[in-house]
Amino acid sequence: MDAFIHQVLAGLATGGIYASLALALVMIYQATHLVNFAQGEMAMFATYIAWALINIGIPQLGIPPLPYWQAFFVTVVSAFVLGVLIERVVIRPVENAPVLAVVVVFIALLVILNSVTGWMFTYTIKTFPSPFPSEIGFGRFMSPHEVGAIGVTMVVLVLLYLFFRFTPLGLAMRAAAQNPESSRLVGIRVGWMLALGWGLAAAIGGIAGMMVAPIVYLDPNMMGGVLLYAFAAALVGGIDSPGGAVFGGFLVGVLENVLGAFVIGNELKLAVALVLIIGVLTVRPSGIFGKVHVTRV
Amino acid sequence: MAFLEAKSLHASYGQTRVLHGISFAMEEGTITALLGANGAGKTTTLRALCGMVKTEGEIRFGGERLDGRATEDIVRLGIAHVPDGRGTFVNLTTEENLRLGAYTRKDRAAVEADLQRIYGYFPRLKERRTQQAGTLSGGEQQMLAVSRALMLRPKLMLLDEPSFGLAPLIVRELFAILRTVNEREHVSMLVVEQNAAMALNLSDHAYLIETGRVVLSGTADEIKKNDAVRRSYLGY
Repeated sequence: MDAFIHQVLAGLATGGIYASLALALVMIYQATHLVNFAQGEMAMFATYIAWALINIGIPQLGIPPLPYWQAFFVTVVSAFVLGVLIERVVIRPVENAPVLAVVVVFIALLVILNSVTGWMFTYTIKTFPSPFPSEIGFGRFMSPHEVGAIGVTMVVLVLLYLFFRFTPLGLAMRAAAQNPESSRLVGIRVGWMLALGWGLAAAIGGIAGMMVAPIVYLDPNMMGGVLLYAFAAALVGGIDSPGGAVFGGFLVGVLENVLGAFVIGNELKLAVALVLIIGVLTVRPSGIFGKVHVTRV
Repeated sequence: MAFLEAKSLHASYGQTRVLHGISFAMEEGTITALLGANGAGKTTTLRALCGMVKTEGEIRFGGERLDGRATEDIVRLGIAHVPDGRGTFVNLTTEENLRLGAYTRKDRAAVEADLQRIYGYFPRLKERRTQQAGTLSGGEQQMLAVSRALMLRPKLMLLDEPSFGLAPLIVRELFAILRTVNEREHVSMLVVEQNAAMALNLSDHAYLIETGRVVLSGTADEIKKNDAVRRSYLGY
């Protein structure tokens, strides 16, 4: 029984990370109606920024290695700026292009970020520190990092909820995503709202990357598996439902852990994500919380 | 100098020309109607004023050029557009829709007061405050669209077919409120309508548009008495 509880709790910890990344996917999906395949690599790149800040600093600017939490905040801000830049420079020109063209751009982004990281930092696997002191573990059930990661994820989710629900800017972003024309008519600068959405998604992804890196270790391909789980999470919850993505993230995390430990073994864990994706797409394409879209023909 | 003036507006969708040099002007504080049949170019004219279609020609509002400006900037000059199809944010609540109307305003206390004032005009919207706007009836959504525009505290309101798809009783109610807003708050209005009789009762001046050109203009009373208009548009 202890082992089972342990697996469920550990699943919640990684599930939180999947939930964050799934939420980033949903945010971009709502604005563009496309799934950003480069979301994982953007997160990975941000995590490398954090690694560099913690271990090397920025010698060119005379900045010494930073303590973890300073590096954390600098990374979140850099990821945000990077996300905004990517939208303005790369995505904006293909705004009205056919779907496949945009998908190719997403894949190009994925490959470019992956190889640039490899070129800058080499493909050697690195360890990434966890900021959480060993006192906050729940003894035999959860490691300190797992407890901390759940905490950080929860804070991020609550802040995002408050932002979108209660601030005028959050409202404007929701409006711009669902009805660009009406949004312009009330004076919202829709293009900037989309860029802001990319920035936020990139920042959330960066946090997810920093939380998952101590578990999976840092290498340019670290997010491949994580992104697959996040896809599964977003689909299970409903690709257009932020709340659903979060729920889906935790569900996928727990399922993956419990099934991996007791049923199918660790080697087939990733298959859980793929089975979920295929299952949802065939049985209930709109996910658990997603809206079923009906179109007149 | 006219409050709003358009000179030889041309507009096209792809290869199809829709406006062939429309010119009109309106005075501050008045309600002006653009009348015409389906496809005459009324909606396109309103969209041209808001920078939503590419146009040639000149548009002036209070002395400033509007043509070539972005929609978001035109809104900031105090022009609110109640679009064709109502433009409801269907997944947001009624109140969120209204608050979006005041997005460009910084005077928060006045925005709260305006919200209450609008609930005074349309008590139905107050009842449905927390309801998803997509679930409102057609009439309620039209009231919401007008209210959202009013939340801007506009100098000029552009109304695209406010009577479309509404029961006659609701149209009468809505037009009475538009009249009140115009008189009490001195909001100028440019109304596009297929329902010529309703529009002429509401407005001070009117222009008749046929296939992208102005073919007749005058005070509402003059237009009402015009034989051709009476036969083709008023039907008696």
